[in-house]
Amino acid sequence: MEAMKETVDQNLREMRDTFASGRTRSVKWRKTQLQAIIEMVKDNEDKMCDVLFQDLGKHRTEAFRDELGFVMRSAETALKCLDKWVVPKKSNLPLLFYPATGKVISEPYGTVLVLSSWNFPISLSLDPMIGAISAGNTVLLKASELSPNTSAFLAKTIPSYLDTKAIKVIEGGPDVATILLQHQWDKIFFTGSPRIGKIIMAAAANHLTPVTLELGGKCPTIIDHHSVSKDMKSVVKRITGAKWGSCSGQACISVDYVLVEQSFASSLVEMLKPVIKSFFGENPKESGSLARIVTKKHFQRLSRLLSDPRVQASIVYGGSMDEEKLYVEPTILLDPPLDSEIMNEEIFGPILPIITLRDIQESIGFIKSKPKPLAIYAFTKDEKLKTRILSETSSGSVTFNDVMIQYMCDALPFGGVGESGMGRYHGKYSFECFSHEKAVMEGSLAMDLEPRYPPWNNFKLTFIRLAFREAYFKLVLLMLGLKK
Amino acid sequence: MAKLFEAADANILMTELRRSFDAGVTRGYEWRVSQLKKLLVICDNHETEIVSALHDDLGKPELESSVYEVALLRNSIKLALKQLKNWMAPDKAKTSLTTFPASAEIVSEPLGVVLVISAWNYPFLLSIDPVIGAISAGNAVVLKPSELAPASSSLLAKLLEQYLDPSAVRVVEGAVTETTLLLEQKWDKIFYTGSSKIGRIIMMAAAKHLTPVVLELGGKSPVVIDSDTNLKITAKRIISGKWGCNNGQACISPDYILTTKEYAPKVIDAMKQELEAFYGKNPMESKDMSRIVNSNHFDRLSKILEEKDVSDKIVYGGQKNRDNLKISPTILLDVPLDSLIMSEEIFGPLLPILTLNNLEECFDVIRSRPKPLAAYLFTQNQKLKERFAMTISAGGIVVNDIAVHLSLPTLPFGGVGESGMGSYHGKFSFDAFSHKKAVLYKGFIGDAAIRYPPYSRGKLRLLKALVNSNLVEVFKVLLGLS
Repeated sequence: MEAMKETVDQNLREMRDTFASGRTRSVKWRKTQLQAIIEMVKDNEDKMCDVLFQDLGKHRTEAFRDELGFVMRSAETALKCLDKWVVPKKSNLPLLFYPATGKVISEPYGTVLVLSSWNFPISLSLDPMIGAISAGNTVLLKASELSPNTSAFLAKTIPSYLDTKAIKVIEGGPDVATILLQHQWDKIFFTGSPRIGKIIMAAAANHLTPVTLELGGKCPTIIDHHSVSKDMKSVVKRITGAKWGSCSGQACISVDYVLVEQSFASSLVEMLKPVIKSFFGENPKESGSLARIVTKKHFQRLSRLLSDPRVQASIVYGGSMDEEKLYVEPTILLDPPLDSEIMNEEIFGPILPIITLRDIQESIGFIKSKPKPLAIYAFTKDEKLKTRILSETSSGSVTFNDVMIQYMCDALPFGGVGESGMGRYHGKYSFECFSHEKAVMEGSLAMDLEPRYPPWNNFKLTFIRLAFREAYFKLVLLMLGLKK
Repeated sequence: MAKLFEAADANILMTELRRSFDAGVTRGYEWRVSQLKKLLVICDNHETEIVSALHDDLGKPELESSVYEVALLRNSIKLALKQLKNWMAPDKAKTSLTTFPASAEIVSEPLGVVLVISAWNYPFLLSIDPVIGAISAGNAVVLKPSELAPASSSLLAKLLEQYLDPSAVRVVEGAVTETTLLLEQKWDKIFYTGSSKIGRIIMMAAAKHLTPVVLELGGKSPVVIDSDTNLKITAKRIISGKWGCNNGQACISPDYILTTKEYAPKVIDAMKQELEAFYGKNPMESKDMSRIVNSNHFDRLSKILEEKDVSDKIVYGGQKNRDNLKISPTILLDVPLDSLIMSEEIFGPLLPILTLNNLEECFDVIRSRPKPLAAYLFTQNQKLKERFAMTISAGGIVVNDIAVHLSLPTLPFGGVGESGMGSYHGKFSFDAFSHKKAVLYKGFIGDAAIRYPPYSRGKLRLLKALVNSNLVEVFKVLLGLS
């Protein structure tokens, strides 16, 4: 550990010196790094798919869609927009302040720390880094030890492509994270669970370090079967594809549970079954299209969730597990007890509870009874229901008639609220996430207003009152002695 | 004797406010407008009492109270009333080929039940301005004013209770005990104005509940004076920004001056001349400056003034009177860099001048210290202005003036590093108390099979093309040409 402490100290010192030198402020430097990230992904596509397969059993297509392709596009967007993002924003000042000018300059925080999660270890590492670099910071990445092959790959490969004096990678688990958190950072970006998020924020508080915490929650999916009956096939495909087709449900914005009216529940189950089969075959374990559970510990957690006899009794599809292969079959539950563990923590796995309601309107109250999730999904064409969902529930985001796709829309901020997190990124929000918006005002030494200065008297007080109200005409009268 | 505020009271308070929020009391435009209008009535009808309370607590001159507290608040409320509909409207966002066909927007929603903890130096401004933001954004809010300004605290409690909706807006008076009890609750946002030391405690408490915070803290705001400036105007602005703003007890007060050895004597002369013009030959008798807030702070300031190797650097002023808590405007020249007065935010009527061999050195001096809330520069040199604005990190930068940026609603007001996080004023206040919820509306056309397993090489190629928004490639694959 002493050696690790020394390494962290050294890295930090070098990063701070590099930042102080001003090198990372140049737009040219930032673009070079962003370009290098794109090259790194292009050159190493096979290797990246390999490590993602080793760590999570991800199929190449899934790996490209959710990680490689996503990162390249994010870097390309930043490259394209950077010149625009760095331009100071002019502010309009009231006439009274003429000829003063005001603007807001986005400046890098300095030296930032990115702690990423194991489920999308490439994109959750590189995407925040793209933001940090675009904003002109030096950055240190610690990827998750639970995706060790990817972490090792990043540690080895990033130094060959990026500026090693400004961008660093450290490997390790909670003990390394603890050492990192003892230091002062100018910003910390964390993706992970709410439990660890609290620890990160408390550590950041010691140094008054601002944080962005991308956490999780139970993302509900409402199916208003009355209004989308014509498109139900699409609904089922979208839910199935999202739940099991993206890291086997181990995603912060995965469909955690479904809310549907009692009368439609069994039809829904019967529609899901063939779609699951068509996507993953008769034996999903061998399909190659289903990611595996990341570690034994997580497998055991999922196993425990299912072991509750009342939950067992609610299984209507799947339920088989293989600890050796870290495989859990796509599983559907119908009305597990609401006080069971599986209905009170983020599932983060290939198990889908369907909760039935008498009336779909009850879904609002149900969602409100739980912590604010990262996303709410609703399949409905009922405008009134849409309005109710938007105005009566709170979540990081809401997506109507699809699932998980808001992640791809980089014009939308991606982040949580309440238990699901604070701060946001993607697109220009990534740039802003790692920038301090500094107000700059310039006054003039040419003109001066006597009433600004003591000694005070009634005239000056009246003048200032009028000035504040921007009552310019009355001001003029006052100055001409025509107003008392 | 006032009833003690206990843990049970904090629980009840929270339950009641949550109930109101959940019932939708605070969300409607009409409610927000009605509360803002009531705040305006308070400013209009109770200015005299406010001025009087500020005089009791701080010896604040009437003009400062009327202008820097009441008038600023009035403007802030009026702006919110005028802009609220705009601020509440969703923002449209662009979608791309990958998410086609879809439309997207960003909806501002209230965070819920929020806590505003304010400071003693501008007790009305720093209490009500954040509350304006909280209410405009549709939240229920609890205000805890500073106990170090007791007359203001009790007047705030009385007026807010009298005019605002008690089911959603409340004031809790008190000190450490009450604040600690409040901090144990789960708030949806905490807005704190005060010291960096307490800021850490607030953030740590907030971390337990993953409550986001805005911390408006302080620091040592430097003033760099270049020899090409208009010295008379510079001196006047520094004086009114320092001693004319609560007698140096303000977060963006000019804390120390940096100038060249050569220019320093001119600066001192100009300051002396203007100080006399403003406050007369006996500034201790002047009614145009606030007093020191209490004996604790008076003793703190005395101590840093009397430190060895500091007390002999006084070039102007230095008079003190503990009985009426007054310290005269005091200028010091070249105090040691490791002295107490240069190690912490002064927050008082003492102004050290540090001289440099050449002005260039100011960059290193400022950068070697924690990032301040404001950094000031007086110069006509365009290149210097640009370099200063681009490379000095502070909450805000003001060139050729002092503190005025505080009154501009179009500039975000907040710190960085030790001087804080988050910002407010104008629309930034509304945003500070809002969650910006991303909303994506999708249709059912365009359900590409490529989205779904089983995965194949063809699907991968198409996906790649889509991700790159490469229309040509998309068509080629679809037509089997790629």
